[in-house]
Amino acid sequence: MAAMSKIATGNGHGENSPYFDGWKAYETDPFHPIDRPDGVIQMGLAENQLCFDFIKKWLIKHPEASVSTAQGVNKFKEMALFQDYHGMPEFRRAVAKFMGKVRGDRVKFDPDRIVMSGGATGAHETLAFCLADPGEAFLVPTPYYPGFDRDLKWRTGVELVPVHCESSNNFKITRDALEAAYVKAQEANLRVKGLLITNPSNPLGTILDRDTLKNVVGFINEKNIHLIGDEIYAATVFMEPEFVSISEIIEEDDVECNRDLIHIVYSLSKDMGFPGFRVGIVYSYNDAVVSCARKMSSFGLVSSQTQHLIASMLSDDDFVDDFIAESKNLLFKRHKYFTRSLSQVGIGSLKSNAGLFIWMDLRRLLREKTFEAEMELWRVIINEVKLNVSPGSSFHCHEPGWFRVCFANMDDNTMAVALSRIRTFVLKNNEAMVPPRKLCRLSSLKLSLSRRMDDLMSPSILSPHSPLPQSPLVRARN
Amino acid sequence: MGLLSRKVTCNSHGQDSSYFLGWQEYEKNPYDEVKNPKGIIQMGLAENQLSFDLLESWLAKNPEAASFKRDGQSIFKELALFQDYHGLPAFKKALVDFMSEIRGNKVTFDTNNIVLTAGATSANETLMFCLAEKGDAFLLPTPYYPGFDRDLKWRTGAEIVPIVCSSSNGFKITESALEEAYQEAQRRNLRVKGVLVTNPSNPLGTTMTRTELDLLVNFISDKEIHLISDEIYAGTVFSSPAFISIMEVLKDRKLESSQVWERVHVVYSLSKDLGLPGFRVGAIYSNDPIVVAAATKMSSFGLVSSQTQFLLSAMLSDKKFTKEYLSKNHKRLQKRQNKLVSGLEKAGVSCLESNAGLFCWVDMRHLLSSNTFEAEMELWKRIVYDVKLNISPGSSCHCTEPGWFRVCFANMSEDTLKLAMQRLKSFVSSITINNQSHQELKNTRRKNRNKWVFRLSFQSFHDREQEER
Repeated sequence: MAAMSKIATGNGHGENSPYFDGWKAYETDPFHPIDRPDGVIQMGLAENQLCFDFIKKWLIKHPEASVSTAQGVNKFKEMALFQDYHGMPEFRRAVAKFMGKVRGDRVKFDPDRIVMSGGATGAHETLAFCLADPGEAFLVPTPYYPGFDRDLKWRTGVELVPVHCESSNNFKITRDALEAAYVKAQEANLRVKGLLITNPSNPLGTILDRDTLKNVVGFINEKNIHLIGDEIYAATVFMEPEFVSISEIIEEDDVECNRDLIHIVYSLSKDMGFPGFRVGIVYSYNDAVVSCARKMSSFGLVSSQTQHLIASMLSDDDFVDDFIAESKNLLFKRHKYFTRSLSQVGIGSLKSNAGLFIWMDLRRLLREKTFEAEMELWRVIINEVKLNVSPGSSFHCHEPGWFRVCFANMDDNTMAVALSRIRTFVLKNNEAMVPPRKLCRLSSLKLSLSRRMDDLMSPSILSPHSPLPQSPLVRARN
Repeated sequence: MGLLSRKVTCNSHGQDSSYFLGWQEYEKNPYDEVKNPKGIIQMGLAENQLSFDLLESWLAKNPEAASFKRDGQSIFKELALFQDYHGLPAFKKALVDFMSEIRGNKVTFDTNNIVLTAGATSANETLMFCLAEKGDAFLLPTPYYPGFDRDLKWRTGAEIVPIVCSSSNGFKITESALEEAYQEAQRRNLRVKGVLVTNPSNPLGTTMTRTELDLLVNFISDKEIHLISDEIYAGTVFSSPAFISIMEVLKDRKLESSQVWERVHVVYSLSKDLGLPGFRVGAIYSNDPIVVAAATKMSSFGLVSSQTQFLLSAMLSDKKFTKEYLSKNHKRLQKRQNKLVSGLEKAGVSCLESNAGLFCWVDMRHLLSSNTFEAEMELWKRIVYDVKLNISPGSSCHCTEPGWFRVCFANMSEDTLKLAMQRLKSFVSSITINNQSHQELKNTRRKNRNKWVFRLSFQSFHDREQEER
């Protein structure tokens, strides 16, 4: 009688995926340049850690941005009481302006359409609640971020139907693939309510070109279904071709589009490196959705303390312009260094110009073209090479052998260590084709029930290169 | 073909309720001492604005916590990256200690059993997702916080069945009311999953008695269902009787190893006790590790900003501060509540005797033109539009008896409260005279008395009405 809900006791949270499982190995043996030089290097976490020095300089110059300092405290009471789900006007204005700047000011965003959410995680779930009823479905191109299984399906009862993309055309989304997925959904008696695209793509690190975007918009208009554009990596486009946002496409003369179908998910977690501050945004061109999402935002409002900080920071035009440029520059350099070094040992990856990761091609290292072989190789990489990377299967990739490897969440030294390990492994592999079977017997990394972020975060919350031996944040841990 | 979900088009978000409509009116014409002295005074918002000076002075003395620093080192980066849904350990520790302190240290809380959420709004919804689904119901004593309709039902599909409480016994929960609610749920083909109570109560402002709490424990044991105790006002208990948490009752009855232990869950928040609703700090506390695990994963949809966790962990770890804050805050709340109660008395209005909360449950039944909810709405509209006070009608709190209103007292200055009471007094007097004169007029017509005297008083009521507008 007192059982819990099916949602609570089922597996819909998606945390049994290998995406989260790999973090366990990292947690039990995390790399540290001095204390644990042989530990596992975390390359499975899409964080942007390259710009913190830049941001800290701004913070020092602007103590009033923190509402609790002497300079900001006269606003403390107002902030502390502010729980209006419309969000602070200055916060919305600043975020709208930032979103515009990230798109080269080619479009303007309306602050009144900015709706808060508990990170992009909250934004996706909210949109699913607004756009679909239980049993209905969204189409999602593969490979896609594993968290979508939880965010879009878990508590909403909505289904996801994959749109298969192939390496043969660099995983581009084709009209045929979209149509095929649509038909498949219908055959399964699922009413398709929308299409979710991530642009720039996670895990590919590529952007959608103009033609593809127009194709996508044409498709959803024809089928009269929604389009959710997850653009949380928009500011991480570090190289040509230039990013094209859904918001730009719908303004083009030759594009016919019912704007009530268009919605954008945004966040500051990737572009600014602030995942801890939980700043998620739902931006919809549909008034009813804005209104409903806003009511739902009660379940995940952004702390007013954080709204104030972000409003201050992003209202500073000079800072924002400099930040966007600097971030691109650092990402470009890191990406170039990483991919060049990899290609020197014959490791290729999908040509990419965005994101905090590369889509690494290890197909030739597979014992056979199967996902079992991919898992075997993955275990070797974790246990032997001591790198936590994310296997393509956890992203629902249709072809085995691809791995997402993050490069922006560590310092230069750690990056160098990671590369040298890869070099060693590849050379060893070339000398004698070490049968993966043998290596695998050394460890049995079971795809067990895992605890997601606790695997990641405790006990070492620090990024591997932090100068402090233990994070002050965990000192009080009991 | 419906383009949007049913959730968008239905009314379960509850915002068409008068509770929220009153706010809209207030927003159109808000009182300001200087800029808009004839505006509507907000008395429908349960905020605690009495103790900000204490918070501000703590901030002034602790500049490091405010500027992302710890022991002289900047930890901005670590905080910015910290998104672990287990929460900042230091913050959880400080929070459970604070919760314990509020309960006179009669109970302790384990950091492993606490889940941080974006406000109690998120905590309540999350617990509902964990414990109930479509076809299930939770029993709630009336009157209850209007937001529960949204928080517990909207996206979860769960239902609420009321446990009807009446003024005849001070709105206390009785055994028969519990049983009746349970039967009603069955009649509606709903599976009862649990009971949710708010203790101290919103909107009553009272703490639950041990008798009621024992009754609840017996009831949920007997029916093998859950109990959620929303204790977000625990720190606002300003006079006796002392607050008794459900956890204390379980402990006193030595039920830690029983089955019922794992079916009791507490919701907490810093929005009322510390007056920080903007910071979105809520928590679920459960003795069931499966609930904790599930709720923890769900908290991904509404985590507490690490920036806020850090600031508050420093503040709540300062035990000298928390002790002083709780004590001073209680005194101020008591003083202010007394002012409201005496102001109401002068206006000829009584209220339910209360010892907690940020509001009083006011009895205006004698001002109703008839014992109906239509009359309650009529009266409410006059109070909002004519008297210019936004108060919350009992019907919006699902009260089964018309004529009760929730009136907040801690979200304004003392002067504003005084003015509100003056306005109310004038209004009540005018109604009373009107009622009197109507009554007398009837008497006259029956008894054939000298008419001109009463016509005069009827006249003067009209004149007074013009002044009010």
